[in-house]
Amino acid sequence: MLFEVTDKPLDPARLFQHVRQDAAGAVLLFYGVVRDNNMGRNVEYLEYEAYPEMATKVMTQLVGELREKWEITDVAIQHRTGRLEIGETSLLVAVSSPHRREAFEAGHWLVDRFKDVVPVWKKEVFEGGEEWIEGDRH
Amino acid sequence: MGTVKVRLFARLAELAGTRSEDVEIGEGLRACDVYRLLEERHPQIAGLADKVMYAVNQEYASAEAPLREGDELALIPPVSGGRDAV
Repeated sequence: MLFEVTDKPLDPARLFQHVRQDAAGAVLLFYGVVRDNNMGRNVEYLEYEAYPEMATKVMTQLVGELREKWEITDVAIQHRTGRLEIGETSLLVAVSSPHRREAFEAGHWLVDRFKDVVPVWKKEVFEGGEEWIEGDRH
Repeated sequence: MGTVKVRLFARLAELAGTRSEDVEIGEGLRACDVYRLLEERHPQIAGLADKVMYAVNQEYASAEAPLREGDELALIPPVSGGRDAV
C-alpha cells in the first residue's frame, strides 16, 4: 500500500506504476476534483487540512478491511492539502485486482469510507464567504 | 501528574487560534474533561463539544477515554466528506 498526504500536485502516473502488477488485469484510478459549485454557491477555491499521522493509521486499517472483503492486488492513495483551485485534484485512489469487478467495488467502498473516517477537512471559499464543510453536509 | 498534548484542527483550530496546546492532567481525567478545560481557555469553542470526536494517540477514542501522561489527544471536527461530496 502507498499512502501520502502532500501539499504538492498529485501524481497519477506514480500511483498507476505502484499498483500495476503482472498478476493484476484491472487498475481503477479515481480522481476527486475541485468543482466550481456547491449547494448553489459559486466556489472560488478550497483549502484542505489533514492530520497526517492519524490519516496514515486510519488508512492502513481501512485497507486491512478492504482486503478481507475483496481480492485486491494493491492500493495507492494520495490526498493533497493546502489551497486547491477549481479543476485541481484533491484525492487519488488507485486499486488493482486480478479482475475488474473487484477493483470497481473495492475502489467505490474505499473512497466512501475514506470520506467518512480519514481525518481530512475542507474549507470552501465561495463568493461572499467561507465555511468548513462538515461530514453531515453534502 | 504530567501533561497531554492536545491538537486542534480545521474549524476548532481557527476558532481557538491555536493548533496545539499542553494540558495538565489530573487523576482520571477524560478526553471530554480536556475539552471543558480548553473551553475555559478559548470560549470561542464553547458549545461544539457534541460535534467533536476524539482521538488518543492517533486512534479514534470515546469521550470518556481516560488519558495518561504523554498521550496525544486530538479534537476531531466532522471530517470533510459526506457521500457525494466529491
